[in-house]
Amino acid sequence: MTDVAYIDRPNRPLYVYAIGYLAFLYIPVLFLPLFSFNDNIYITFPLKGFTTQWYVAMFKDQPMWAALNNSLRVACVSSAIATLLGLFGAKAVTRYRIPGVKPIIFVIMLPMVVPLIIMGVALLILVTRLGFNLSLYTIAMAHVLISVPFAMATLISRFEGFDPSMEEASSDLGAGPWSTFWRVTLPMVAPGVLASFLLCFTISFDEFIMAFFLGGTDPTLPIFIWGQLRFPFRLPGVLALGSLILVISFVLVFFSLWLRRWRVEDTQSGI
Amino acid sequence: MVTETTIEVSAPAPRTRSWRGRLHALYLRSDTLKGFTLLSPTLLVMGLTMCIPFGIMVVMSFWTQIGFEFDTAFSLVNYVEAVERPVYRALLLRSLTISAICTVATVLLSYPMAYYVAFHVRKHKMAWIILMTVPFFSSYLLRIFAWKVILGYNGVINSGLKGLGLIEQPLAFLLYSPTAVVITLAHAWAAFAILPIYISLEKIDRSLIEAATDLGDGPVKRFLGITLPLSMPGVIAASLMIFIPTVGDYVTPTLVGGPDGLMIANLIQAQFGLVNNWPMGAALALDMMLVVAVVSLLYIWLTRKVTENIA
Repeated sequence: MTDVAYIDRPNRPLYVYAIGYLAFLYIPVLFLPLFSFNDNIYITFPLKGFTTQWYVAMFKDQPMWAALNNSLRVACVSSAIATLLGLFGAKAVTRYRIPGVKPIIFVIMLPMVVPLIIMGVALLILVTRLGFNLSLYTIAMAHVLISVPFAMATLISRFEGFDPSMEEASSDLGAGPWSTFWRVTLPMVAPGVLASFLLCFTISFDEFIMAFFLGGTDPTLPIFIWGQLRFPFRLPGVLALGSLILVISFVLVFFSLWLRRWRVEDTQSGI
Repeated sequence: MVTETTIEVSAPAPRTRSWRGRLHALYLRSDTLKGFTLLSPTLLVMGLTMCIPFGIMVVMSFWTQIGFEFDTAFSLVNYVEAVERPVYRALLLRSLTISAICTVATVLLSYPMAYYVAFHVRKHKMAWIILMTVPFFSSYLLRIFAWKVILGYNGVINSGLKGLGLIEQPLAFLLYSPTAVVITLAHAWAAFAILPIYISLEKIDRSLIEAATDLGDGPVKRFLGITLPLSMPGVIAASLMIFIPTVGDYVTPTLVGGPDGLMIANLIQAQFGLVNNWPMGAALALDMMLVVAVVSLLYIWLTRKVTENIA
């Protein structure tokens, strides 16, 4: 028995390694907020003094607000559509016998692994061939494409986590398909829907490559930041803005992942 | 797949008194049809935004650019150029090398981490998983920018070392080099490596390991004989999930790569920007995808062979 317990025994070297690994994941990113409060136009050690002037300057920056507004609109629309499509798709593949379901899921999940530049370029060619102008709509369309796999994955695990007999009971008791959906299915998967929405929202909000190819004259926030990176004197402002974005997306994603695991945990292993 | 659905729904329409009703009854009975109907919006959108654009891109890669117009006559000229021009070949080769190094490094570094969480974490497992996943969803651009701040000429490392009196002059090789690209990419994609490996480790039946222990296997033999082969699917998935997207990355090389760190995707992006030769860009993109696909399949085949031989 002692030998078996070997596996579960705490392993100090591995523990130290794991902490080091997390440090590697997080510390580089933490330099952004650190320098965003530094009273020096150059991003360099030693730190000079505490200031909030970069944040004040950022809040007065009109183009930044316009870009933020654009990003929020694109993210809201694309994550709502992606979550809706994910909801339909996840219910279909978990509740019905669909022949060839594996290749279908494979195709839907493809955007997770295809280089974004390929999809960006391909969509750019399509949009211009059709004669549409590049705008926030084209960015939103691209973001739906890359968000759907994540919405599907999140919602499939949610659907698999609850018992389909609940839905069957509802229909047996005389509820129609819509009634069953609204009164049984949706409340059960609601945490998954919210998790999916938040996840897709962050993906869209932070996405750069597709927006770079498919954006028109209205920039989203990442495109705006990209433009600022060319000017060294703008970098402290980028640090301030970036720190805020990081904090917000960390909170959103954390909440989303927590929701996704919430109460599905005991029925599901893995992610 | 989409057309299939519509045909199945509308085809069997016998002209009887209530064909509508019959069709409806048939529909309600058929699980498959209902499933496909529910799935069809998702498939339709994915088809419209992925498959059709991809098809048009393939077609365009056989065109040629003349000034601001396209010559739509079929031509292989772009592909010939993509293969024959040394710059294209060199950049593709460099992209593959950088991505391969980055993939190997990330998977090797992430494996112990995933192993630790799968086998040694008892309490707060979910917190660990979330902690590993969250950075992946934070802004890609900002994570790369963070590395620019760290590796820069007057960045964190250089100014830090100088402040400590360890170096006189900044280490110039840190930023704007292939090394910087590898480090930045490895950091940016780390979360992609941990999750698949973790999931495959988590799935391993613990009784197998117990059995090996009872039969007298030591920790090393147990790991090589059971844990490693059984976690190979996760390792393969992790490798592909890093290798494929990183080959096509152009943001990282642009920000931290410098002239020696440019990659094939920079070239593709330029064809759609400054160079303004879209058909050439389409051909280069497809060329890149083809090479990546071949390399990935070779890798899958090789790792399968090796795992079979070990096990």
